[in-house]
Amino acid sequence: MTDSLKNIPAYTKKDFVSDQEVKWCAGCGDFSILSAVQSILPEVGVEKEKIVFVSGIGCSSRFPYYVDTFGFHGIHGRAAAIASGVKAANPDLNVWIMSGDGDSMAIGGNHFIHVLRRNMDVNYVLFNNQIYGLTKGQYSPTTPLGQVTKTSPFGTIEHPFKPGELAMGAEGTFYARGVDNNPKQLKEILLEGAKHKGASLVEILQNCVIFNHKTHEMITAKETRDDHQIYLKAGEKMIYGKEKNKGLVLDGLKLKSVTIGEDGYTMDDILTHDPAQEDPTMAYLLARMSLPELPVAMGVLRAYKAPVYDQLMEEQIAHVKANSKIKNMTDLMNSGQTFTL
Amino acid sequence: MAINKNVIERDRIVIKFAGDSGDGMQLTGTQFTDTSAVLGNDLATFPDFPSEIRAPQGTIAGVSGFQVHIGHADIETSGDKADVLVAMNPAALAYNLKHCKPNATIIIDLDAFNEKAFKKANLDSNPLEDGTLEGYNLIAPPVTAQCREVLRETGMDSKTIDKTRNQFIAGILSYLFNRDVEMGIEFLKNKFAKKPKLVEINAKVLKAGYIYAGNVEAIHSTYMVNPNLNKKGKFRNITGNQATAWGLMAAAEKSGLPFFLGSYPITPATDILSELSKHKSLGIKTFQAEDEIAGINSAIGAAYAGHMAATTTSGPGLSLKSEAVGLAFITELPLVIVNVMRGGPSTGLPTKTEQTDLMQALWGRNGEAPLPVIAASTPADCFDYAFLAEKIAIEHMTPVILLTDSYLGNGSGLWKIPTMDEMPTITAPIADPNKPYAPYVRDEKTLARYWTKPGTPGHEHRVGGLEKLDGKGSVSHDPINHERMTKLRDEKVNRIADTYPKQEVFGKEEGDLLVVSWGSTKGSAYQAFKELEDEGKDIAFTNFHFIYPLPKETAEIFSHYKRIVVCELNSGQFAQHLRNAMPEFKYMQFNKIQAQPFMVSELIDKFNEILEAK
Repeated sequence: MTDSLKNIPAYTKKDFVSDQEVKWCAGCGDFSILSAVQSILPEVGVEKEKIVFVSGIGCSSRFPYYVDTFGFHGIHGRAAAIASGVKAANPDLNVWIMSGDGDSMAIGGNHFIHVLRRNMDVNYVLFNNQIYGLTKGQYSPTTPLGQVTKTSPFGTIEHPFKPGELAMGAEGTFYARGVDNNPKQLKEILLEGAKHKGASLVEILQNCVIFNHKTHEMITAKETRDDHQIYLKAGEKMIYGKEKNKGLVLDGLKLKSVTIGEDGYTMDDILTHDPAQEDPTMAYLLARMSLPELPVAMGVLRAYKAPVYDQLMEEQIAHVKANSKIKNMTDLMNSGQTFTL
Repeated sequence: MAINKNVIERDRIVIKFAGDSGDGMQLTGTQFTDTSAVLGNDLATFPDFPSEIRAPQGTIAGVSGFQVHIGHADIETSGDKADVLVAMNPAALAYNLKHCKPNATIIIDLDAFNEKAFKKANLDSNPLEDGTLEGYNLIAPPVTAQCREVLRETGMDSKTIDKTRNQFIAGILSYLFNRDVEMGIEFLKNKFAKKPKLVEINAKVLKAGYIYAGNVEAIHSTYMVNPNLNKKGKFRNITGNQATAWGLMAAAEKSGLPFFLGSYPITPATDILSELSKHKSLGIKTFQAEDEIAGINSAIGAAYAGHMAATTTSGPGLSLKSEAVGLAFITELPLVIVNVMRGGPSTGLPTKTEQTDLMQALWGRNGEAPLPVIAASTPADCFDYAFLAEKIAIEHMTPVILLTDSYLGNGSGLWKIPTMDEMPTITAPIADPNKPYAPYVRDEKTLARYWTKPGTPGHEHRVGGLEKLDGKGSVSHDPINHERMTKLRDEKVNRIADTYPKQEVFGKEEGDLLVVSWGSTKGSAYQAFKELEDEGKDIAFTNFHFIYPLPKETAEIFSHYKRIVVCELNSGQFAQHLRNAMPEFKYMQFNKIQAQPFMVSELIDKFNEILEAK
């Protein structure tokens, strides 16, 4: 069914605000994510009764209670599995997964990679604050190496995951990254993710004001962010910096930041962003860029069109139905070898 | 067809087929079974295979078996000891001889009995010569040589030819049981419909086996098992796992709800997943998840989305699913969890049968989460109890655990094909789409909450694992509300017992000894009871399908007997459950923890012992 042919009511952000009191800590990055999601839902083009928010456990997983749509607050790590069942059962639904770095990268790591691998048509929003907030400050799989937390009083000794790298390893078809203090950019990438047919992963660098305050400060601080982030846009040159004079080039199998006009680099040398290519290698390189050598990539790093699990399932069933003599249980039970005694 | 030699009529007979995994024993067993069904015999089968896919050839560990019990009489089990043993090699003979009656007929391939094979089977001497087979009726044709001779001119390679050995045996059995060889050939034609050459060579060997049997002096008498006259109607031979899958699908069709299975492969439950995945023509959705946990959680998602949902597993898988079972319980969503029990704990004995997950099914969750537990007791009635599990889940809005086991799942029996009209109706408590919706508003009679699904305008709501306010369903940590919700959920499940059929008791309504079984132990316990009752013993029998909640009349029934003995394949879990529910009675136990079904003979011995110890 083509969504554009249907009469979708003209919703506003208010239509998606539930009657529940929002119980995140004052100053939490989750507020801006909630606001951004509620703002773009009217633009997604789906009736609100067809929208389902599914979550696991953690601060971010309280999200479904605050959106006035259908919602399912699951158990720790299992949002992707629950959402897969919702979507496979009814592909007509617009299904969102709201999860955090503990929920998705630790206990739910398995479901995370498989929902992306299958390319289930869901919108996966990953709140990455690099800490366990709801249990009050233990290190997570994305906590930087060496950080002191409640459970790493002498610093962590674990190398952290970059969610984007995992997503590319699973050949996820859509990956974008944003930050909680840039609502305009956040809305843009959330909307693109929502419109992508297939599993769309949007990682949001989110601040936990109580247990990991300013963890993303190097990336997100207003004074330095232009030099520390690159906002990638399809078809555009990969340039960044306050002066828009820095850019990315490929140096062997690595990305390198150069200054246009220096060392013989011109605009022609700068890479052009193509998130739609099948091969996720470039998206992988972009996803793993980190300070101080390279800026951190924001925007849609990958958006590749591929067959979608829930649609394939419907098509397979339709095909078998059309070609089978067994139309109901009576046919089935009386088929093959039977004995009349 | 001419009747051969001296014909002995038998009410029941047990045949065991044993050989290497590649010897085609399951196929020959099925061929014999189907032929028996065509001739009107009642039957039950049970395959017995090693947990390795291809254990070393010729070794005891590699022996794969298939037992068939056929009867003019009603057949309740796959049989105790075998009357006829087919042993394709020395290991198969050595492993199975103890499972044979003392005067059994043993059919072997003489060509497979050589020094090399004895060594592989850990035998010090040739069992054909060292007195091992004294008292048995041995039929020992050179099967391999005969097959090669019969097919010499076909130009087939010896590997293909040797695979027809089982059909030589099938030919001998046709003679031994006074059956027309054409029936065996008909089976081959169906089995190898697209491979006419295979049918041709196997049929040739089958006939050769038949002729051989008529010529040799080893067969002094043959058997005749007359049709079972109690069974009338249209039947098929069905395994418990297939029947479970079909029961689930039938429930979906009857209810008008679409069906979704979220599952992960695990022995011995996998066949339910593969069976359901075949039936896309009925709109069945199967999701092979990345693990057990995703299996059940996807099913919960599908149930939330308005589907009839199920997940299938065995003991270790149920352990992994525990937390999610609790989620289905608190969200009060309909879900059937099928546990095809196997030997435990941990990986345990994956291909063997046991009833050791009863306590796990009853209590294996955090918090107070009582949920209906029901058990099937024959391969065929897996259909009925799978259907019923879905009916209870949907009508009472609760997860339901259906217990079967490896013996039922892999075993088979005759199943009377029902009509869909005779199946009970299933009515989902769907909320009125034109009225406002709150998730924890309940039906007064059943206490089931009303179900809605995403896509229903105005019914937007949130559910989840956090405790919810009665009625409205918002998150609530209110202590009084929690107690009320806990009691409501408990009472809802208890009321399911109002819908049960009457608990059936066989034998006298009061007396000395009441034999109690549950699930798959029914067949052997019933058979043992029946034989003693026929002898005039003061004995009665009842089998439980409804484990939780228990049938309401249970205490009333128990009060009519002086003694109660509970028979189960564990250390006494159901007995413990009964003690907990009805401490006023004394329960004797008969337990077997060998990951094998009860033999009727051992139950008879036990019951006699109790009856005599007055």
